[in-house]
Amino acid sequence: MSDAVIFRGARVVDPASGRDETADVRVEDGSVTDVGRVSANHAEEFDCAGLILAPGFVDLHAHLREPGREDAETVATGTRAAARGGYTAVCAMANTDPVADSAAIVEQVAALGRAAGLADVYPVGAISVGLQGEQLAELGEMATSGARVNFFSDDGKCVQSAGLMRRALEYARAFDAVIANHAEEGALASGGHMNEGEVSSILGITGIPSEAEEVIVARDLALAKLTGARLHVPHVSTAGTVELIRVAKARGIRVTAEATPHHLSLTDDLVSGYDPVFKVAPPLRTREDVEAVRKGLADGTIDCVATDHAPHPPEDKEREFDLAPCGMLNLETALGVLVTDMVDSGLIDWPRLVEAMSVAPARVRSLTGHGGPVAPGAPANLVVLDPAATWVVDPGLLASKSKNTPFAGRTLKGKVVHTMLRGRFTVREGSDADGQR
Amino acid sequence: MIRHLLSIKDLDPEGIERVLATAATFQADGPRIMRKYPTLRGKTVVNLFYEASTRTRTSFELAAKRLSADVVNFSVSGSAVEKGESLKDTAQTIEAMGVDAIVIRHSSSGAPNRLAGWVSANVINAGDGMHEHPTQALLDLYTIRQHFGSFSGLRVAIVGDIAHSRVARSNVWGLQMMGADVTLVGPPTLLPPRVEGWGVETTADIEAVLPKADVVYLLRMQLERGTGGTVPTLREYSRLWGLDAARATLLKDEALIMHPGPMNRGVEITADAAELPRSVITDQVANGVAVRMALLYLMLGGRDAREEVPVE
Repeated sequence: MSDAVIFRGARVVDPASGRDETADVRVEDGSVTDVGRVSANHAEEFDCAGLILAPGFVDLHAHLREPGREDAETVATGTRAAARGGYTAVCAMANTDPVADSAAIVEQVAALGRAAGLADVYPVGAISVGLQGEQLAELGEMATSGARVNFFSDDGKCVQSAGLMRRALEYARAFDAVIANHAEEGALASGGHMNEGEVSSILGITGIPSEAEEVIVARDLALAKLTGARLHVPHVSTAGTVELIRVAKARGIRVTAEATPHHLSLTDDLVSGYDPVFKVAPPLRTREDVEAVRKGLADGTIDCVATDHAPHPPEDKEREFDLAPCGMLNLETALGVLVTDMVDSGLIDWPRLVEAMSVAPARVRSLTGHGGPVAPGAPANLVVLDPAATWVVDPGLLASKSKNTPFAGRTLKGKVVHTMLRGRFTVREGSDADGQR
Repeated sequence: MIRHLLSIKDLDPEGIERVLATAATFQADGPRIMRKYPTLRGKTVVNLFYEASTRTRTSFELAAKRLSADVVNFSVSGSAVEKGESLKDTAQTIEAMGVDAIVIRHSSSGAPNRLAGWVSANVINAGDGMHEHPTQALLDLYTIRQHFGSFSGLRVAIVGDIAHSRVARSNVWGLQMMGADVTLVGPPTLLPPRVEGWGVETTADIEAVLPKADVVYLLRMQLERGTGGTVPTLREYSRLWGLDAARATLLKDEALIMHPGPMNRGVEITADAAELPRSVITDQVANGVAVRMALLYLMLGGRDAREEVPVE
């Protein structure tokens, strides 16, 4: 078998080059070598009629849990899930144990990613030492380490101090790094476990008002303006946040934003059965918020889709609602949710989906080699997907070590056929490559 | 009859009527039930109490025993829960020993809902977090019906910490189902979020409400939580929203004073108000046994109130 591969007759959707047309793509020695009409030439051929070929997806926000909670997920199992979801690059969040607040830990996480070989793993560094929100972590050490971290977050914990947030933004400019702040004002969110609203009121669960997110986003946007630094707003969950970002972008503030599959599709009434599989931070909001987040993603106010993939073992989720941790699996289902709820409903087209899941997140982290273009000489980080295939989410079949998907039993449209990382299949014809399944 | 009672909404008005009518048959010889019925002989009821409770646990225990059920009281202290056993494991352990009903009191809202998904026994919610306390609502409805005969058009004022109260939630839904009008009284900090969706009137002015009320229901200020910053001081709360004998003179002659207990005398209600003839607070406690008997009888015995209650 030759090393060369030809994907024949796919619809190539590549916003980086502006291409959206049927073409053949030839891959050899890890790179794309030809796009267009490619003649057969000692290459393995895949008939891709009816399929879409795009640059591999990039996730700005995943919890791979290693080191520290290897019972929930490892870099290997998490990137396996990512590959199945069409991802070729995953940013691993800093709330590990120990916290990724030093060069040693971020380099360890990056090395685990290289060893697994299923997706490029880009660690996120902590903003503050131990995620404590008190003292700035050594951002420079992490930025100049082998892991070359250019994106920092205390995710899961909001930087409550406006003073620390200002310093983080200012300091990050030295490395052209991005500061992402989990927006949740501590006193307003105190004791809360779900969205504050009609549903929480009936259920007797202390709520977290939308305003807990919005006051921090408003503050951080003001600080981004003050410092001229790059702010990223993770997991936008409220209509008010979308509006704040829309206005800030119009004023030229350097802000990017992401939305998760669940905030684009699920609402707080799902909590009515008290099942913590629907517990997440920020919480599932109302239909009105979901509509606003969808619109924000469609019009570009929200730049990208990020998964906030957050595995938890069954014993942690099979608990009382208020005692269970926040988080949901997403890496394997993100594409299906986006196709079903955004593309099929006509809110976005395929180029916008590829931009939101690949091009824009790659741009936020300045990742060369991801997000396209699909052009001769570029690394072959690709996904080939069937836009019409439907499948039912079965938690037992997911690659993640944990099973806490809120989409269990749902029929999703859009399925990954092949994922390729630098010319090597990580998923081939719908199955894990390398024989792991 | 229903399989679980997690929320008062698990019952419809007919179901509530059936429970109240059955309870009345148990009280045919007077409010204190001394007689023992053989109906639940061979059945086992577990009281699974994760929170301290005197009246509710004792009331359920007496109710089950008067129906000849075997009763096991499980309290968290001294149990495997202290060794970190989860609710799910505890429930499945208890069930493996063979039980017919689990009566659960828990500080987490929705714990009974979770439990009902893990066991095949009947689950009865004896109070969960800030969610519901459906048997309290049933005994309150029973007490109100004792005095007024029906609910239609009755005006009930519920006063105090509604936001954190499971008693308030169950009572509001139960009273609405039965046709009563509910007004919630208290400072806005103690009203639940989005109360607009509850279908009730709200006001901060207790003195405007008392002359129109048929029932004034004082909720417990939950001192174990502190004021949580919801009111500046308990002294101020007591002055503005507490019921004393002087304020009680604003009530109509036939109006009732109710309280779920335990009372914080001098906070939401003064001793002289609690001891007025119109106060039915001890009736509520007495009725609790009959109502819980009725519920256990209907849920576990599976018979209708209209059939004759078997008498030993």
